Amino acid sequence: MQKMPKKYYAFFTLPTILAFVISFLIPFLLGIYLSFTEFTTVTNSRWVGVSNYIRAFTDDKDFLNATIFTVKFALVSIVLINVFAFSLALLLTRKLKGTNIFRTVFFMPNLIGGIVLGYIWQLIINGILINFGVDITFSADYGFWGLVVLMNWQMVGYMMIIYIAGIQGISPELIEAAQIDGANSWQILKSITIPTVMPAVTICTFLTVTNSFKLFDQNLALTAGAPARASSMLALDIFNTFYGRNNYEGVGQAKAVMFFIFVTLIVLLQLRLTRKREIES
Amino acid sequence: MKIIKRLQDNVTFIFLFILAILYLTPILLVLMNSFKGRFFISDTPFALPNIETFVGINNYFSGIAKTGFIQAFGYSLFITVFSVATIVLFTSMMAWCITRVKSIISSLLYYLIVFSMIVPFQMVMFTMSKMANIMHLDNPVGIIVLYLGFGAGLSVFIFSGFVKGIPHEIEEAAAIDGCSPIQTFFLVVFPILKPISITVAILNTMWIWNDYLLPYLVIGSNYKTIPIAVQYLQGGYGSRDMGAMMAMLVLAIVPIVIFYLTLQKYIIKGVVAGAVKG
Repeated sequence: MQKMPKKYYAFFTLPTILAFVISFLIPFLLGIYLSFTEFTTVTNSRWVGVSNYIRAFTDDKDFLNATIFTVKFALVSIVLINVFAFSLALLLTRKLKGTNIFRTVFFMPNLIGGIVLGYIWQLIINGILINFGVDITFSADYGFWGLVVLMNWQMVGYMMIIYIAGIQGISPELIEAAQIDGANSWQILKSITIPTVMPAVTICTFLTVTNSFKLFDQNLALTAGAPARASSMLALDIFNTFYGRNNYEGVGQAKAVMFFIFVTLIVLLQLRLTRKREIES
Repeated sequence: MKIIKRLQDNVTFIFLFILAILYLTPILLVLMNSFKGRFFISDTPFALPNIETFVGINNYFSGIAKTGFIQAFGYSLFITVFSVATIVLFTSMMAWCITRVKSIISSLLYYLIVFSMIVPFQMVMFTMSKMANIMHLDNPVGIIVLYLGFGAGLSVFIFSGFVKGIPHEIEEAAAIDGCSPIQTFFLVVFPILKPISITVAILNTMWIWNDYLLPYLVIGSNYKTIPIAVQYLQGGYGSRDMGAMMAMLVLAIVPIVIFYLTLQKYIIKGVVAGAVKG
């Protein structure tokens, strides 16, 4: 169907377009404009050029610290989550008994919301740390590793499911042929399994990259940035700049624009890097 | 060789079994602590309840009273069900239309909407909540419009991928038989979309049910959803009622576990389908 009368085209697309324009497009464009202004509500803005962008770095070190914290956190979690998820997927595709029950259990934490997850792990981590006379607000390192453990608990099952689907897509004949030619299991893993599941690797790194960089709920519930904003990630820092301080809305919006550009660049880079390694099938 | 294989399998099984127990421990720990008095939780979370610390289901009563949990459950359910239904209906209509009608406008719409998936929520949260205020969308019905706008990215993307794989001939036959595009879509195409509609519905349910920041900013002061009710208990650090907190965490998890165990087959399939199309 190359052509459709205009009234039908409008009937099919308008409801979503309207909602999209109201909730996303206008706020997005307005957000870019407001990042160059000083404002407290959207109607009383005054143009100030790039000064918000400069103030984001010069007024205090929060934004810089949050960026460093986020990048470190993302690198550690992306690697750990994918390694654990892939290893579990390998173990669960060996046709053992109980495979389905294990899959069910490992996937479950993924459905629990970030706020609830944060408080569950706060209880556990504080319960351990109290034996050493401290709690999770004592040092940003505790918050860091707490978030890493939490994210692994939440995301490994999800990624495992995707890797399992990828591994099950490998034709058994290919592996049989390799075995007949005398390949050992390490060689099969390296030369057959990993190359064929590269599309799954692309998807899983994409999901872990975006989830790690945009993390908010878990960060808010687990530490709320404590001690003194040292364990704030970018999303939480931007939230606090907007709603925790007076007359910082413009700076908050400028930080948000930089956050957006940063996340977009990272995602594009990641897709280029992993797509390159996918083989044509 | 067979014996070695059997031995390997047994070791793997035991390893996975222990890991599964460890995986469930956090949830069981919260459940156990929800029956302990509020002052016996933070310091000794790993101790079983005993005669001194056991309080029965008192925490559940105080937690429900403090957070208005019953209402929160109602709001969460209402918002999730109607937002997901709205998203599935309208984004499938749009995805079919812009996939079938090849034009510059169609591609522009597609790329614009898919682009919104990468944009972090913080980029639009302030302006969006002001916008919602001005347009009177700051209530449980209005927020459905916002969820349609934010859910459009992933949903249109997944539906479009699926529509590309449906042969044109069926729709052309329906048109020759005298169906208008609206009839063609609802009588012919929408039924074919059923499996991918389930995927879209599941992915959006998982997101909207657990979403915190959007409802907190837009309707949080008047209507608390479950995540907002849980966060509300936090109060000042140290002053909070840990007993009520544990009970609310349990109540927040129970609906999800029921949802998961009854629809498990669809959820796992949906996650894979959603990811592969993504």
